[in-house]
Amino acid sequence: MRGATHARWAACAVAVALAATACGGGDDSGGGGGADGIVSSSWGDPQNPLEPANTNEVQGGKVLDMLFRGLVRYDPKTGEAENEIAEKIESTDSQNFTITIKDNWTFSNGEKVTAQSFVDAWNYGAALKNNQKNAYFFAYIDGYDAAHPETGKATTDTLSGLKVVNGTTFTVKLSQKFSLWPDTLGYAAFVPLPKTFYSDHDAWLSKPVGNGPYTVDSYAKGSSMNLRRWDDYPGTDKAQNGGIDLKVYTDNNTAYTDLTAGNLDLVDDVPASQLKNVEADLGDRYINTPAGIIQTLAFPFYVKAWNTPDAVKVRQGLSMAINREQITDQIFQKTRTPASDWTSPVLGEDGGFKEGLCGDPCEYNKAEAKKLIEDGGGIPGGQLKISYNADTGSHKEWVDAVCNSINNVMGNNEACVGSPVGTFADFRSQVSTQKLTGAWRAGWQMDYPLIQNFLQPLYYTNAPSNDGKWSNEEFDGLVNKANAETDKATAVSTFQDAEKILAEQMPVIPLWYQNGSAGYSDRVENVALNVFSVPVYDQIKVK
Amino acid sequence: MGRYVIRRLLQMIPVFFGTTLLIFLMVNVMGDPIAGLCGDRQCDPATAAQLRTEFGLDKPVWQQYLTYMGHIFTGDFGTAFNGQEVTELMASAFPITIRLTIVAIVFEIVIGISLGVVTGLHRGRPVDTGVLILTLVVIAVPTFVTGLLLQLLLGVEWGIIKPSVSPEAPLDELIVPGLVLASVSLAYVTRLTRTSIAENARSDYVRTAVAKGLPRRRVVVRHLLRNSLIPVVTFIGTDVGALMGGAIVTERIFNIHGVGYQLYQGILRQNTQTVVGFVTVLVLVFLAANLIVDLLYAVLDPRIRYA
Repeated sequence: MRGATHARWAACAVAVALAATACGGGDDSGGGGGADGIVSSSWGDPQNPLEPANTNEVQGGKVLDMLFRGLVRYDPKTGEAENEIAEKIESTDSQNFTITIKDNWTFSNGEKVTAQSFVDAWNYGAALKNNQKNAYFFAYIDGYDAAHPETGKATTDTLSGLKVVNGTTFTVKLSQKFSLWPDTLGYAAFVPLPKTFYSDHDAWLSKPVGNGPYTVDSYAKGSSMNLRRWDDYPGTDKAQNGGIDLKVYTDNNTAYTDLTAGNLDLVDDVPASQLKNVEADLGDRYINTPAGIIQTLAFPFYVKAWNTPDAVKVRQGLSMAINREQITDQIFQKTRTPASDWTSPVLGEDGGFKEGLCGDPCEYNKAEAKKLIEDGGGIPGGQLKISYNADTGSHKEWVDAVCNSINNVMGNNEACVGSPVGTFADFRSQVSTQKLTGAWRAGWQMDYPLIQNFLQPLYYTNAPSNDGKWSNEEFDGLVNKANAETDKATAVSTFQDAEKILAEQMPVIPLWYQNGSAGYSDRVENVALNVFSVPVYDQIKVK
Repeated sequence: MGRYVIRRLLQMIPVFFGTTLLIFLMVNVMGDPIAGLCGDRQCDPATAAQLRTEFGLDKPVWQQYLTYMGHIFTGDFGTAFNGQEVTELMASAFPITIRLTIVAIVFEIVIGISLGVVTGLHRGRPVDTGVLILTLVVIAVPTFVTGLLLQLLLGVEWGIIKPSVSPEAPLDELIVPGLVLASVSLAYVTRLTRTSIAENARSDYVRTAVAKGLPRRRVVVRHLLRNSLIPVVTFIGTDVGALMGGAIVTERIFNIHGVGYQLYQGILRQNTQTVVGFVTVLVLVFLAANLIVDLLYAVLDPRIRYA
């Protein structure tokens, strides 16, 4: 009976399959507990190859943070820049710096970290031929224009401003005065690189070698990376766990589900849809702390109607028409904080954050808002269109809420509408090529915790991220003055003076500061997010 | 038969070029992918220009297409923006999705056809009505609801499975995702089989077979089912391609790093090389599956001849 055999075979197959699934339900987060315990954490596929000067998003950045240490390191709690490999960074004129490094640092393959390791890495990062997306970080160093011209071919591959003095000393000449420059050196683009990076680049990319507290044990591109503690790590911040297993998730909802099911120890991005349940699910194992991110509404100053003295009133009026409190509460479940300046709370008072610097224009005031907008001649074109990308980040909800708020104030349902753009790339291309004629959502994640980073790249005339092409001589002058100050406190307060011009002119409307959110399992403790909203992996302890 | 196969293979060539060209144009219409590469800040012009040259984006679209097709015939599918070869991505994604598809197809065949035979032979009885209502529910509920529900119940509440599939995606972890992926098609297979069986149950050859005194099982399997399978096989054949390409939802829910995930990622990052490469292979799979289905007809019904 052939039919019968077939049927039996099928039945067996199903039975075996179901049994196998049941077996697959066990827990395999290996490594045991205590100091050698392994922490599993969610991850996203890095957008670019994992080169320090080529990584400009948070997923690649968090790996670099585990694999590398630079001259300077930002305190995970305060964000303050402290010398790490640097013994001292000295300058008498804010333009010529002498950097001396400590003698005891090595890469995990045994190679010594020398002044040359830094100079080579920086030259590599700056050279146009290497296509490094963070090349502009080296723009302050003398000779950048030759190695990385705006257009055309580079005439050299090295920066003339970098000179190796001896094994532990090198000098840097900047093209302009920049007193806070040493504080920028904690950014991942400035880390040293071992010789194998250049000699066998492909091998290095498939298994990066650095000088940080972890080494790469295995790396399956696009799906997982297993990092293990480097026992001979020379730094003071040795890893408190045996290693980190990063696992790429196709969807952060799945990562969250895995966390609640006990298959994952750490999720560093709680999905918006779960914010309502997160307190009930995790209790005090949910972290929601400020990060160095601000979100804003930007305007096109290349459009005549927005670039008039009257339009200032309109922008201030629009800012006053947005009920920030309500939106951050109801739409973001308090994972955003209403903004009242153009920086971020993570800078701290000393670093330049000043609550309420914006003043009245950032306070919700229905009557005054309407009056200002009407005084300014109404919204240019009669309607405010806010563009956003619809593919990621669920921007639709808050853009609609902002429009609602403005429409309420204006008593007109057509005063403001959201205008979605299909993909992020298309959105960015419209923004950066000055195609938009209305407002658009903008955001800024700091590269280093300095007030300079929140102002200069965004609002200085023709700065790389000044997409709206706003320009103000007084503002530019104050930024130049602040950069030339040798005293940090004076520099910060000069930057704040420049920021006050933003309050008067309102080139972009500050909306809210974004928090970092994370959740962790009861298997681990001592979990915290640093000021960049990246988990401080090396301090996590396994129970 | 041989000539038929050759003719079909030749017909595939224009279809292949047409579809790839269409996809190429569609991805290109979405705008400049380099603009999204640097995040919320603009790439500096020199680097952007160089990246454009590297990925060939500075040339006119027709030229990009010709170069791309030229490369494909040498087995070079280009490089994704994260520096990985597209062929490398395919080598990791396709085995996983193929495994997932096989699980789904097995479910469709085993459960779908069995239920179809049972209900087809017992038309109007409670078991028939029950299965009909059940399939209606399955067809009506979107896949992501079924997926999330099963994930929550089996994965989180009862702890029978892991809510997410590990990167290696072994066969046993793919059972539940496979079932979810198969669910809608499974319901269709059940209904198709049922109708076909019910129709043929009253045909002359079945009556003859019964009159000859053949055992009931032999009548059902060898005579009735075999003849009723033609529409079902057609459906399952076309479904192979649909399942592979349409696994985006299921793969996302269960964290499976297969074709759906790579396609989604490619579209999100506007990575022409990834999207066109993967879709090209999917088109080939689809064409091959269709050819195999057509050839299977002759096996099921020897009266069908190819010329």
